[in-house]
Amino acid sequence: MKITNQIKDTTIIITLDGELDASSSVMLDEALSDPEIMTYSKILVDCKDLNYISSAGLGVFISHLQRFEDAQIKLIFYNMQDKVRNVFEILGLDLLMTIVSDYEEAMTIADE
Amino acid sequence: MNNKITVSCTKKNLKQIRDFVTAYLAMYKLSDIQMNQIVLAVDEICANLIIHANSEDPSKSISLFITEKAGMLKFEIVDNGVAFRRSEYKEPNIEEHIRIGKKGGVGIALVNRIMDRVEFETSDRQNTCFLYKKIK
Repeated sequence: MKITNQIKDTTIIITLDGELDASSSVMLDEALSDPEIMTYSKILVDCKDLNYISSAGLGVFISHLQRFEDAQIKLIFYNMQDKVRNVFEILGLDLLMTIVSDYEEAMTIADE
Repeated sequence: MNNKITVSCTKKNLKQIRDFVTAYLAMYKLSDIQMNQIVLAVDEICANLIIHANSEDPSKSISLFITEKAGMLKFEIVDNGVAFRRSEYKEPNIEEHIRIGKKGGVGIALVNRIMDRVEFETSDRQNTCFLYKKIK
Protein backbone atom coordinates (compact mmCIF):
# COMPACT_ATOMS: atom_id res chain seq x y z
CA MET A 1 0.00 0.00 0.00
CA LYS A 2 1.37 3.36 -1.01
CA ILE A 3 -0.21 6.60 0.23
CA THR A 4 0.80 9.94 -1.28
CA ASN A 5 -0.46 13.41 -0.50
CA GLN A 6 -0.77 16.43 -2.73
CA ILE A 7 -1.78 19.86 -1.44
CA LYS A 8 -3.79 22.36 -3.49
CA ASP A 9 -4.67 25.43 -1.44
CA THR A 10 -7.12 24.20 1.21
CA THR A 11 -7.51 20.78 -0.38
CA ILE A 12 -5.46 17.68 0.35
CA ILE A 13 -5.55 14.93 -2.26
CA ILE A 14 -4.71 11.52 -0.86
CA THR A 15 -3.81 8.95 -3.49
CA LEU A 16 -4.18 5.30 -2.50
CA ASP A 17 -2.17 2.75 -4.47
CA GLY A 18 -2.46 -0.96 -3.69
CA GLU A 19 -4.54 -3.07 -1.35
CA LEU A 20 -6.12 -1.81 1.86
CA ASP A 21 -6.46 -4.77 4.22
CA ALA A 22 -6.13 -5.49 7.94
CA SER A 23 -2.38 -5.17 7.62
CA SER A 24 -2.01 -2.05 5.46
CA SER A 25 -4.95 -0.06 6.85
CA VAL A 26 -2.79 0.94 9.83
CA MET A 27 -0.87 3.24 7.46
CA LEU A 28 -4.05 4.92 6.30
CA ASP A 29 -5.23 5.38 9.88
CA GLU A 30 -1.96 7.09 10.74
CA ALA A 31 -2.27 9.37 7.70
CA LEU A 32 -5.84 10.39 8.60
CA SER A 33 -4.93 10.84 12.27
CA ASP A 34 -2.22 13.40 11.47
CA PRO A 35 -3.41 16.64 13.17
CA GLU A 36 -2.33 18.59 10.08
CA ILE A 37 -5.16 17.03 8.07
CA MET A 38 -7.65 19.01 10.16
CA THR A 39 -6.23 22.24 8.71
CA TYR A 40 -7.70 21.49 5.24
CA SER A 41 -11.30 22.10 4.22
CA LYS A 42 -11.45 19.23 1.73
CA ILE A 43 -9.98 15.75 1.64
CA LEU A 44 -10.11 14.16 -1.80
CA VAL A 45 -9.29 10.46 -1.95
CA ASP A 46 -8.10 9.27 -5.37
CA CYS A 47 -9.00 5.56 -5.54
CA LYS A 48 -7.87 4.85 -9.13
CA ASP A 49 -5.13 2.47 -8.03
CA LEU A 50 -6.91 1.16 -4.96
CA ASN A 51 -7.33 -2.45 -6.04
CA TYR A 52 -8.83 -3.88 -2.88
CA ILE A 53 -10.48 -2.79 0.35
CA SER A 54 -11.50 -4.96 3.30
CA SER A 55 -13.55 -4.06 6.37
CA ALA A 56 -10.37 -2.83 8.07
CA GLY A 57 -9.91 -0.22 5.35
CA LEU A 58 -13.59 0.75 5.44
CA GLY A 59 -13.33 0.93 9.24
CA VAL A 60 -10.61 3.55 9.04
CA PHE A 61 -12.84 5.85 6.96
CA ILE A 62 -15.88 5.06 9.16
CA SER A 63 -13.92 5.96 12.29
CA HIS A 64 -12.76 9.37 10.98
CA LEU A 65 -15.89 10.49 9.10
CA GLN A 66 -17.75 12.09 12.01
CA ARG A 67 -14.64 13.97 13.15
CA PHE A 68 -14.24 15.44 9.65
CA GLU A 69 -17.96 16.30 9.44
CA ASP A 70 -17.85 17.97 12.85
CA ALA A 71 -14.94 20.11 11.62
CA GLN A 72 -16.82 20.81 8.34
CA ILE A 73 -14.14 19.05 6.34
CA LYS A 74 -15.48 17.37 3.20
CA LEU A 75 -14.28 13.82 2.51
CA ILE A 76 -14.78 12.88 -1.14
CA PHE A 77 -13.79 9.66 -2.92
CA TYR A 78 -13.29 9.58 -6.68
CA ASN A 79 -11.98 7.32 -9.49
CA MET A 80 -13.17 4.28 -7.57
CA GLN A 81 -13.02 0.90 -9.31
CA ASP A 82 -16.41 -0.88 -9.59
CA LYS A 83 -15.31 -3.84 -7.47
CA VAL A 84 -14.13 -1.51 -4.67
CA ARG A 85 -17.29 0.63 -4.86
CA ASN A 86 -19.29 -2.60 -4.60
CA VAL A 87 -17.75 -3.25 -1.16
CA PHE A 88 -18.95 0.20 0.03
CA GLU A 89 -22.39 -0.61 -1.43
CA ILE A 90 -22.72 -3.96 0.37
CA LEU A 91 -22.74 -2.07 3.68
CA GLY A 92 -24.67 0.94 2.36
CA LEU A 93 -21.64 3.18 2.84
CA ASP A 94 -22.11 4.66 -0.64
CA LEU A 95 -25.17 6.42 0.83
CA LEU A 96 -23.32 7.71 3.89
CA MET A 97 -20.10 8.81 2.17
CA THR A 98 -19.51 10.96 -0.91
CA ILE A 99 -18.27 8.91 -3.86
CA VAL A 100 -18.07 10.61 -7.28
CA SER A 101 -16.79 9.56 -10.66
CA ASP A 102 -13.75 11.73 -11.29
CA TYR A 103 -11.49 14.54 -10.12
CA GLU A 104 -13.50 17.29 -11.82
CA GLU A 105 -16.70 16.21 -10.12
CA ALA A 106 -14.86 15.85 -6.81
CA MET A 107 -13.54 19.41 -7.10
CA THR A 108 -16.97 20.76 -8.05
CA ILE A 109 -18.58 19.13 -5.03
CA ALA A 110 -15.72 20.20 -2.81
CA ASP A 111 -16.23 23.83 -3.83
CA GLU A 112 -19.97 23.84 -3.12
CA MET B 1 -4.99 -27.62 -8.73
CA ASN B 2 -3.67 -27.02 -5.22
CA ASN B 3 -6.64 -26.44 -2.93
CA LYS B 4 -4.98 -26.03 0.46
CA ILE B 5 -2.87 -23.33 2.08
CA THR B 6 -1.57 -22.97 5.62
CA VAL B 7 -0.13 -19.71 6.91
CA SER B 8 1.16 -18.50 10.27
CA CYS B 9 -0.98 -16.02 12.18
CA THR B 10 0.38 -12.67 11.06
CA LYS B 11 -1.62 -10.02 9.18
CA LYS B 12 1.06 -9.84 6.49
CA ASN B 13 -0.05 -13.33 5.34
CA LEU B 14 -3.53 -12.14 4.37
CA LYS B 15 -2.22 -11.10 0.97
CA GLN B 16 -0.92 -14.65 0.41
CA ILE B 17 -4.37 -16.04 1.24
CA ARG B 18 -6.09 -13.61 -1.14
CA ASP B 19 -3.67 -14.48 -3.94
CA PHE B 20 -4.26 -18.19 -3.32
CA VAL B 21 -8.06 -17.80 -3.49
CA THR B 22 -7.78 -15.65 -6.63
CA ALA B 23 -5.56 -18.26 -8.33
CA TYR B 24 -7.91 -21.09 -7.37
CA LEU B 25 -10.97 -19.25 -8.66
CA ALA B 26 -9.34 -18.27 -11.96
CA MET B 27 -10.80 -21.33 -13.70
CA TYR B 28 -14.40 -20.29 -12.94
CA LYS B 29 -14.47 -17.13 -15.06
CA LEU B 30 -16.19 -15.00 -12.43
CA SER B 31 -16.89 -11.30 -12.89
CA ASP B 32 -14.46 -8.87 -11.26
CA ILE B 33 -17.07 -7.99 -8.65
CA GLN B 34 -17.97 -11.59 -7.83
CA MET B 35 -14.30 -12.62 -7.63
CA ASN B 36 -13.54 -9.66 -5.35
CA GLN B 37 -16.52 -10.43 -3.09
CA ILE B 38 -15.50 -14.06 -2.58
CA VAL B 39 -11.84 -13.17 -1.94
CA LEU B 40 -13.04 -10.48 0.50
CA ALA B 41 -15.26 -12.87 2.47
CA VAL B 42 -12.39 -15.35 2.92
CA ASP B 43 -10.00 -12.51 3.82
CA GLU B 44 -12.41 -11.20 6.47
CA ILE B 45 -12.71 -14.59 8.19
CA CYS B 46 -8.94 -15.16 8.04
CA ALA B 47 -8.23 -11.65 9.40
CA ASN B 48 -10.61 -12.28 12.33
CA LEU B 49 -8.98 -15.62 13.10
CA ILE B 50 -5.44 -14.21 12.88
CA ILE B 51 -6.14 -11.05 14.91
CA HIS B 52 -8.86 -12.02 17.40
CA ALA B 53 -8.82 -15.81 17.74
CA ASN B 54 -5.02 -16.21 17.64
CA SER B 55 -3.81 -12.77 18.80
CA GLU B 56 -1.40 -12.49 15.82
CA ASP B 57 0.80 -15.21 17.33
CA PRO B 58 3.13 -16.33 14.50
CA SER B 59 3.72 -19.69 16.19
CA LYS B 60 0.07 -20.49 15.44
CA SER B 61 -1.41 -21.14 12.02
CA ILE B 62 -4.65 -21.23 10.05
CA SER B 63 -5.48 -23.48 7.09
CA LEU B 64 -7.82 -22.93 4.19
CA PHE B 65 -9.24 -25.69 1.95
CA ILE B 66 -11.31 -24.92 -1.15
CA THR B 67 -13.53 -27.37 -2.98
CA GLU B 68 -16.27 -27.02 -5.59
CA LYS B 69 -19.15 -29.38 -6.25
CA ALA B 70 -22.10 -28.83 -8.57
CA GLY B 71 -21.43 -25.11 -8.82
CA MET B 72 -21.13 -24.64 -5.05
CA LEU B 73 -17.82 -23.36 -3.74
CA LYS B 74 -16.93 -24.49 -0.23
CA PHE B 75 -14.23 -22.81 1.87
CA GLU B 76 -13.09 -24.47 5.10
CA ILE B 77 -10.95 -22.34 7.36
CA VAL B 78 -9.43 -24.19 10.31
CA ASP B 79 -7.65 -22.86 13.40
CA ASN B 80 -7.01 -23.77 17.04
CA GLY B 81 -7.62 -20.39 18.63
CA VAL B 82 -10.50 -18.91 20.61
CA ALA B 83 -13.78 -20.01 19.02
CA PHE B 84 -16.09 -17.41 17.46
CA ARG B 85 -19.29 -17.10 19.50
CA ARG B 86 -21.98 -16.63 16.93
CA SER B 87 -24.69 -16.30 19.59
CA GLU B 88 -23.00 -13.12 20.82
CA TYR B 89 -22.76 -11.61 17.33
CA LYS B 90 -24.89 -8.57 16.52
CA GLU B 91 -25.31 -7.03 13.08
CA PRO B 92 -23.57 -3.65 13.13
CA ASN B 93 -25.41 -0.34 12.92
CA ILE B 94 -23.11 1.50 10.49
CA GLU B 95 -24.55 4.94 11.23
CA GLU B 96 -23.87 4.38 14.93
CA HIS B 97 -20.31 3.26 14.09
CA ILE B 98 -19.79 6.53 12.20
CA ARG B 99 -21.26 8.56 15.06
CA ILE B 100 -18.98 7.05 17.69
CA GLY B 101 -15.97 6.64 15.39
CA LYS B 102 -15.79 2.86 15.71
CA LYS B 103 -13.09 1.24 13.64
CA GLY B 104 -13.99 -2.44 13.57
CA GLY B 105 -16.92 -4.78 13.62
CA VAL B 106 -18.22 -4.76 10.05
CA GLY B 107 -16.25 -7.70 8.61
CA ILE B 108 -18.68 -10.49 9.51
CA ALA B 109 -21.56 -8.40 8.14
CA LEU B 110 -19.75 -8.34 4.79
CA VAL B 111 -19.22 -12.12 4.91
CA ASN B 112 -22.89 -12.77 5.79
CA ARG B 113 -24.07 -10.57 2.91
CA ILE B 114 -21.68 -12.05 0.34
CA MET B 115 -21.85 -15.76 1.12
CA ASP B 116 -24.88 -18.04 0.70
CA ARG B 117 -24.14 -19.91 3.92
CA VAL B 118 -21.76 -19.31 6.84
CA GLU B 119 -21.22 -21.95 9.53
CA PHE B 120 -18.93 -22.27 12.53
CA GLU B 121 -18.03 -25.58 14.18
CA THR B 122 -15.82 -26.39 17.17
CA SER B 123 -14.56 -29.84 18.15
CA ASP B 124 -11.52 -30.94 20.17
CA ARG B 125 -10.24 -27.36 20.38
CA GLN B 126 -10.25 -27.12 16.59
CA ASN B 127 -12.51 -24.49 15.03
CA THR B 128 -13.73 -24.64 11.45
CA CYS B 129 -15.54 -21.92 9.57
CA PHE B 130 -17.42 -23.10 6.47
CA LEU B 131 -18.30 -20.60 3.74
CA TYR B 132 -20.52 -21.63 0.82
CA LYS B 133 -21.09 -19.69 -2.38
CA LYS B 134 -23.12 -20.78 -5.40
CA ILE B 135 -21.38 -19.67 -8.57
CA LYS B 136 -23.29 -21.48 -11.32
